[in-house]
Amino acid sequence: MNAPATVADRLSATGTANALELRGVSKLFGALAALSDISITVRPGERRAVLGSNGAGKTTLFNCITGDFLPTGGSIRFFGEDISEFPAHERIRRGLRRTYQISLLFTGLTVLDNVYLACCGVSRGRFSFIRPRRNDALMASAEDLVRVVHLEDAKDTPVSVLSYGQQRQLEIAMALSGAPRFILFDEPAAGLSPTERGELVEILTGLPSHMGYIIIEHDMDVALRVAESVTMMHNGRIFKEGKPAEIEEDPEVQALYLGGDDG
Amino acid sequence: MAVIDESGVSDTEGRKTGWAEQIPVQYWVVAILLLIMPAFASDFTLYQIFGWSFILGMIALSLMFLAGYGGMVSLVQMTIAALAGYMIAIFGDSAITDISQGWPWYVTIPIALIVAMLFGSVVGWLSVRTEGIYTIMITLAIASAFFYFTRQNYVVFNGFSGFNGVLPPNLFGVDWRGSKAFYYLTLFWAVAAYLIVLYLSRAPFGLALQGVRDNPRRMAALGFNVNAHRVAAYAFAAVIAAIGGILLTWQSAQVSPGTAGVGPVIDILIIAVIGGMRHPIGPFIGAFIYVLLKTFSIDVLTSLGLGGERFQLLIGISFLVIVFWSPDGILGLWDKWRQRSDKDPLRDAGESNL
Ligand SMILES: Nc1ncnc2c1ncn2[C@@H]1O[C@H](COP(=O)(O)OP(=O)(O)OP(=O)(O)O)[C@@H](O)[C@H]1O
Ligand SMILES: [Mg+2]
Repeated sequence: MNAPATVADRLSATGTANALELRGVSKLFGALAALSDISITVRPGERRAVLGSNGAGKTTLFNCITGDFLPTGGSIRFFGEDISEFPAHERIRRGLRRTYQISLLFTGLTVLDNVYLACCGVSRGRFSFIRPRRNDALMASAEDLVRVVHLEDAKDTPVSVLSYGQQRQLEIAMALSGAPRFILFDEPAAGLSPTERGELVEILTGLPSHMGYIIIEHDMDVALRVAESVTMMHNGRIFKEGKPAEIEEDPEVQALYLGGDDG
Repeated sequence: MAVIDESGVSDTEGRKTGWAEQIPVQYWVVAILLLIMPAFASDFTLYQIFGWSFILGMIALSLMFLAGYGGMVSLVQMTIAALAGYMIAIFGDSAITDISQGWPWYVTIPIALIVAMLFGSVVGWLSVRTEGIYTIMITLAIASAFFYFTRQNYVVFNGFSGFNGVLPPNLFGVDWRGSKAFYYLTLFWAVAAYLIVLYLSRAPFGLALQGVRDNPRRMAALGFNVNAHRVAAYAFAAVIAAIGGILLTWQSAQVSPGTAGVGPVIDILIIAVIGGMRHPIGPFIGAFIYVLLKTFSIDVLTSLGLGGERFQLLIGISFLVIVFWSPDGILGLWDKWRQRSDKDPLRDAGESNL
């Protein structure tokens, strides 16, 4: 966990700031406290797994971080910058990325077009009136990303006919567009076959080491292979934080979570 | 279809496939027919039927761009067209010499386009935070406000009577209100607007607009400023409407509050709905039908012993019939009758398949 930072790591981090710093974040849905007083610190390049039973507030946490909706209280810093009040697109343009638990894709477009759109969104070309030509740089990076997630054979297929697993891979490709500094993966492995899970783990562990992420994952096996630290959530609160081994052996955690269906 | 613009790409045999070869033959037939029309059509047909269809088609096209690609039903497009007409009347020449400044066309036309674009942006900025029926209501409110304002303002807009004697410049020594010249003038701008909208549908700006229509939340999570994109779409649509408005003003040589009264404002929506909003050709089909109905229904009605003023009823009925049979307008009917052909680049281009 405390491996010496490589030069790339130090260069990619802005000063000594943390990649993500949440202070007292809460979110109310009416009377329901989906998040209460969440404080999390993630270092640049750190890979964190978030565990927790259904309804624990994991997706809500992601929505607050990316600005899909604003938290009721608390502050969020991204590489030292207070982004609490920023609209979602401003956070994305600063290098934050996410995938959705239930794929949100443009089903009428092809795989490549979806990734291309993602690449446009984080570039100055987003207002371009000019159609991409063969040697278009954004299109080239879109093609690269399609290869990274092993979808090159399906790149001209409309998303509506993709298999579930392929849609999950496409979600990941879209989250890698541009120059991500930190990524939030919302249950990318859910519903995948064992082979697809293997591929996913490869993709995640193959990401450049300065690219930190938080991954929500029910499957301990996957979580332990792709994350170096674990945060347990329960009823909108942080329940435990630590290294995977500590969490796995914690009797409270075992009683609450690992002893249940997902363990 | 992939977004890549394939035009002019060499194929495997090293032969250059030009853009011309990718266009199916029926489009060539329509294009040639439109080009040689003045050889056999009457002056009335050229000026009144086709000229007017092209103009209304352009204004409805600006609505189709907003509604079809952006999911924003704006009722101010006719208002923007009239505003552009007012600008060339106020800053250029008209019979109202007290108000008209008499500036040359190369000043007044850019002014008209810029003012229309700014106005469209402001309307867009006011309405992008609303959705569905509220967008319709807020834009209708702005359109009515414009109508009453121009009718009551005599200092700048010359009130109820507006401006007459607004003529196109005698550029290249051509009388652009001659039926053939006006036909080609309106044809040129209609085709240009049509092609630009078609092209934009697969450029990042148009793709993103369709993305905003289908899933604004996802678009924001990809780094797009959803509202800025919508406002930009309003600005772009305003330019198309403004070109239509300038041509409309030249055609009748006048612009008045009635140009953008509530009736004409709604007519643009009817035209776009009749034609279909899924493809930029729809508004032109709708405009052609509207103009035919408006021009000939009086004759038909009076020959049947009915009052000629009932033509609005006829438009209303055809509107009902088309919406009832095909919510996608004539384009939707066309699709029902004809198997979709994948090789057809003009119908495959972007519409609501995002
Ligand atoms: N938009 C919303 N409006 C109202 N309540 C919501 C909304 N989103 C989430 N909730 C509620 O907030 C709580 C936390 O939901 P959340 O989706 O964050 O859980 P989760 O940990 O991601 O669960 P899962 O493992 O099922 O994905 C749940 O009780 C949920 O019903
Ligand atoms: Mg969730």
